[in-house]
Amino acid sequence: MNSEKITKYILFSASLLILIIAGGMVYSLIRGAMPAFDFFGWKFIFSTHWDPTQGHEQYGALPFIAGTLFTSFLALLIALPMAFSTSLFVAEYFRKKRIAVVLSTFVDLLAGVPSIVYGLWGFYTLRPFIVELGLSPQGFGIFTSGLILAIMIIPYATSLSTEIITMVPNELKEAAYSLGATRMEVIFNVIVPNARSGIIASYILAFGRALGETMAVTMLIGNSNNIPNGLFGTGNTMASVIANQFAEASGLQLSSLIAIGLLLFAITALINAFGKYIIKKLAAR
Amino acid sequence: MKNTDLIENERNVFVNDHQKVRNFKNKLLLVVVVLFSALTAFPIILIVGNLLVKGYHQINLAFFTQVPPDTFTAMMAKSSGQIIPGGIVNGITGTILMVGFASLIAIPFGIMIGIYLYEKKDARYANFVRNITDVLQGVPSIVIGLITYLWVVISITKGYSALAGSISLSIMMLPLIIRSTEETMKMIPPTLKEAAVALGTPYHKVIFKVLIPSSLGGLMTGILISISRILGETAPLLLTALGNPAVNWKLSQPTSSVPLLIWQFYNDPNMVSLIFSSSLFLMGFVLTLNLISKRIAAKRSIQ
Repeated sequence: MNSEKITKYILFSASLLILIIAGGMVYSLIRGAMPAFDFFGWKFIFSTHWDPTQGHEQYGALPFIAGTLFTSFLALLIALPMAFSTSLFVAEYFRKKRIAVVLSTFVDLLAGVPSIVYGLWGFYTLRPFIVELGLSPQGFGIFTSGLILAIMIIPYATSLSTEIITMVPNELKEAAYSLGATRMEVIFNVIVPNARSGIIASYILAFGRALGETMAVTMLIGNSNNIPNGLFGTGNTMASVIANQFAEASGLQLSSLIAIGLLLFAITALINAFGKYIIKKLAAR
Repeated sequence: MKNTDLIENERNVFVNDHQKVRNFKNKLLLVVVVLFSALTAFPIILIVGNLLVKGYHQINLAFFTQVPPDTFTAMMAKSSGQIIPGGIVNGITGTILMVGFASLIAIPFGIMIGIYLYEKKDARYANFVRNITDVLQGVPSIVIGLITYLWVVISITKGYSALAGSISLSIMMLPLIIRSTEETMKMIPPTLKEAAVALGTPYHKVIFKVLIPSSLGGLMTGILISISRILGETAPLLLTALGNPAVNWKLSQPTSSVPLLIWQFYNDPNMVSLIFSSSLFLMGFVLTLNLISKRIAAKRSIQ
């Protein structure tokens, strides 16, 4: 065997590592979740009852699935106008100007802030503010965590949609301008239709981020094992319930937490694959 | 953009009601965009400012050389209005240990897999690996913590350990490094590689003498960004490394890290002011790494 082949084999076997990790992940999660699914069956997903008291243990994941979806959708809703405006600011209105560089640096730094620091800021600054506004007595809940999540996912939504908006061909925009269109009309009749699928993909990927965020949400959502009642109700997300209850869990409870991990894994993988698929179709065009 | 100005002038001559409305809407959108953009930049200023104000007075020599005090000492210090004695040295050393070991695993493997994907651009297997890498990149950190718990904590180290923490971090790093390596290598002019191959250079030498040196800047950016990502990770470490009140350099023992300490302080009402100093320290470090990597990336794009 010559050195050429050896190098190629080494590189190839390194690539197997990714498949082993991913395959092992799915295998271990399913195996770990088996006891819970065996015991509760489909009721595990649809039951709203989560009670770790010894003797009459009962685990249903619906409150956490609901909490995850509520907070993430709220985050997406809040992040949407912000991210869209920021990407227009950077890619269209002030393209290549110094102020655009400054703004995009700020937004990039936002992506670098650790989740736990967001949680602290939410707990010590945002939460008292919400209490002061009289929106909720303790300041914990869906709204507070959704707001923090929105700040956390804005950079992800912004950076990709900025890139996509920059790629809209100048000729198209110029054609519209030459017909007398205002800038707003160019944005909504030329840029947005042209960049639509890319912009949507960037929001889907940002949504995927929000689904899996743990620490900041754990510190702000109030950690109650029920379906959140309303915008200011408390709850738990799939990620936060794992972080909260993992330390004292064993047996059936541990298996149930792993099952929630499996569900979370499946949901985020699907959402991400969907977003990446749209982007790949774009790149091929 | 020049001709739009012309049109703008022309338009002013024929202003009518309809055009007034259009122009007004146009201006309104600009105002809304600027307003929302400013609002987006606002939180980072608030967060950094908040940490600076609340955290600076606790940062002293002891902060970097001592372990955190017990709750009682902290309570005494707090009630007498002094700063809390002690620091976060166990967290700093733990972070160095775990991030270092994670990099040791993830960087070589990541670069190798990245080169493999770059070489096999359109092969079906490579595409599959690329897609799986994308999926791995999107896996929530808490799930990676669960997995490492099952793989390492239960079966290998029979207890929470720095090894488990490192492995969870390296699983998070790997996809980032793979993708950045591949993206950087794509930008190397193919003629460079062809020249080396034409001279009969063996493949491993092409990698070490041509591919890696000519993409060093990009590789560094990718590595720095991935390190800055995992520096602040808390959730996976909560499930794998747990934390340790003392300095620990052993891979087989539970270990603390700076974000883990922040989490502990957060759960202890007596330690409040240590939270902010530790967060300030962590943030400062992470943001500096981010800025450095941006600088490197910007330099490269000029060339």
